[in-house]
Amino acid sequence: MSAPGALSWYEAGARQRIAVLLDQSSFAEILGPAERRMSPHLPLFGLPRAFDDGIVVGRGRLDGRPVLVAAQEGRFMGGAFGEVHGAKLVGLLRLGLTERPAALLILFDTGGVRLQEANAGETAIAEAMRAIADLRAAGVPVIGLVGGRAGAYGGGGLVAGTCSGLAVSEAGRISVSGPEVIETNRGAEEFDARDRALVWRTMGGKHRYLIGGADAFAEDTPESFRKAALGLIDAAAPFDLATLEAEQARLERRLDRFGETLDGRDVWARLGVNDPEGIPAATDDAFRASAEGCRESARDAR
Amino acid sequence: MTLAEIFSSLFPEGHSVTVEDGLVGGHGPLGAKRLHVVGLDGNTALGVDGAIRLAAKVLAVIREAPGAPILVAVDSDSQRMSRRDELLGLNEYLAHLAKALLLADRLGHPTVGLLYGHSAAGAFIATALATRVLAALPGAHPSVMDLPSVARVTKLPLDTLREMAKSTPVFAPGLDNMVATGAVHAVLDPAAPLGPQIEALIAALPEGDIRDRLGAERGGRPVAQAIAARIAGG
Repeated sequence: MSAPGALSWYEAGARQRIAVLLDQSSFAEILGPAERRMSPHLPLFGLPRAFDDGIVVGRGRLDGRPVLVAAQEGRFMGGAFGEVHGAKLVGLLRLGLTERPAALLILFDTGGVRLQEANAGETAIAEAMRAIADLRAAGVPVIGLVGGRAGAYGGGGLVAGTCSGLAVSEAGRISVSGPEVIETNRGAEEFDARDRALVWRTMGGKHRYLIGGADAFAEDTPESFRKAALGLIDAAAPFDLATLEAEQARLERRLDRFGETLDGRDVWARLGVNDPEGIPAATDDAFRASAEGCRESARDAR
Repeated sequence: MTLAEIFSSLFPEGHSVTVEDGLVGGHGPLGAKRLHVVGLDGNTALGVDGAIRLAAKVLAVIREAPGAPILVAVDSDSQRMSRRDELLGLNEYLAHLAKALLLADRLGHPTVGLLYGHSAAGAFIATALATRVLAALPGAHPSVMDLPSVARVTKLPLDTLREMAKSTPVFAPGLDNMVATGAVHAVLDPAAPLGPQIEALIAALPEGDIRDRLGAERGGRPVAQAIAARIAGG
């Protein structure tokens, strides 16, 4: 494998991301593809299956500290939550309660619930959110990394919103309803899904970082995500009333400040970002410099 | 049952629950206790504005009524699908509401969901599915996505999907299917007073999350429990 810094997080697969994120050769997969725990449902739809059902889970080390890791594979069924896929994440979160690692990392890459297994996927998302709350309450930070092709959409966006901390890259998108879903339900006047620039400034990583929807902005490299994850582990807020009251205030304030705006550029202008029009094209370093001092922070309020 | 019918059965001595913009809030007596109610009525879609108001109600109960039971009554649409909601970070607002309910549970508030109409997708996950035990009334009709939309996405003929739905609870809309996956713990009897039925659910709250076990027992999720248990066991 080439130097870790050379790999694009966006382009990489789930196993590649884990291999370059964690300490070298430290990862041990649990219930790996050799055990062939495949979807019992996809054959009904005439669809091919994957030996890992599109998610890799296991143990490893990050800067010497023990961590549990789940990585979704966006190239299989859009990383969507099916029965097996969801159960693997839920099982890992429950393992965290007994092992108490330094953190549990979720490498998101998902379009949300897998429609062919919709009821199982939706229920698994609810189970995962409950398990994240339990794990955070036990003092184990749950850190989400969002920079894959499929983003963190649908129920995946809600799971992301339950994490202690989130790192996102420019290419990462976090949202509930995807562009196509909004367009299908409400028409192209509401959301033109083909307008990619609109998608980025409504759901993309830069926008999320600016409004406090993510806590760290990473470059599209494993090294940058690794640094971000380490920082977020140490900054994780407890899961308690004070944190949720702070989040309540933070999200109310967001509605007060930006509730009347309709475009990301207007939000950024209200934030006081220098040259809001230039944000989409700004390099990562220039963007971080622009965001500094004016972005909304979710510190101790997530 | 309508919300008014539910409350006359649940609170025969009266209650303070109101509905404003489709958002339900208030309380009524349940045995010797006070049951706090939050929720969604009238097939309301849950957007950023509604989610933050419901979360405020839940956090107020945690602050002001330690340990009091909370009923989450739901007849909703899915999450509100709009450019504005996503621009403002709907995922955070829905997750925040779910977290408020999960925190209440952790702090000793029994949380019970009551699904009496429709619910779907993000709205369902942020409300009814974030309770410790979820009950439904006959006629409730939860879904993740309706069959015509599933047909569009999966590129399978609608008739084929209808036929498959009869034998495969895992993807098809409907209460029976959500019972089979274990998401809905129990279906209540609308002919009997609801108060004692809710009290019985609270008295027998499951320890932890048993939805995957129910899904295995009922056949709606044949493998989830075994896989989660295998991984949780290391």
